[in-house]
Amino acid sequence: MVDVRVQEAAFQAGAELEAFSARLQNAGAVVTFSGLVRDDSGQMTEMLIEHYPGMTEAALTKIAEEAEDRWSLAGVVVIHRHGALRVGEQIMMVATAARHRGHAFEAAEFLMDYLKSRAPFWKKERGAAGDAWVAAKDADEAALDRW
Amino acid sequence: MIDVLYFAWVRERIGLPKEQIETQAATVADLVTELIAREDRYAAAFADLTALRVAVDQELSDFTAPLAGVREVAFFPPMTGG
Repeated sequence: MVDVRVQEAAFQAGAELEAFSARLQNAGAVVTFSGLVRDDSGQMTEMLIEHYPGMTEAALTKIAEEAEDRWSLAGVVVIHRHGALRVGEQIMMVATAARHRGHAFEAAEFLMDYLKSRAPFWKKERGAAGDAWVAAKDADEAALDRW
Repeated sequence: MIDVLYFAWVRERIGLPKEQIETQAATVADLVTELIAREDRYAAAFADLTALRVAVDQELSDFTAPLAGVREVAFFPPMTGG
């Protein structure tokens, strides 16, 4: 079960976890990760997230299906928002379910590493000092090597 | 005709998100050379190709990719999801 959603609207991580868990069959472990808008400069008023409609959904589905196969997951959810978000808001979440926790944890880390640098999203920070695109980090690319 | 899409600061430098281009370019790199020759704003956007990524028909690809039969090419900076 792969459930990928790209949306502008906010979501409730708790409700998503409940609904995901209720749909599972014979899973012993669920791991979730939520990403929040962080303000490193202390001056950010909002974060703008741009994406590539069509490719985004396809890229996320491909990554989620790969995780499902590789760790024999009972289910995967990926939700990623776009548009204007304020500090502290949820940007995205992943949930993975497996028979045992090791697979669920690993699959969640794999999903996060891949969607950071392989899903077509771009973040821009808007603040008192102006707008700035968030640059990709070399460490994000290097994180893919372990998979 | 190929749809050419631009995202993030590439879109801002070129000044539009999408355009249709009539081209005989054989590869993505050839298309970039044609665009750079057009106007300064393209030259500014494509000044450093190592800072850019390319998708061909919505799949990550590279500048050597052939364009025969391709409908859509997109240029953007490295992605920052998550």
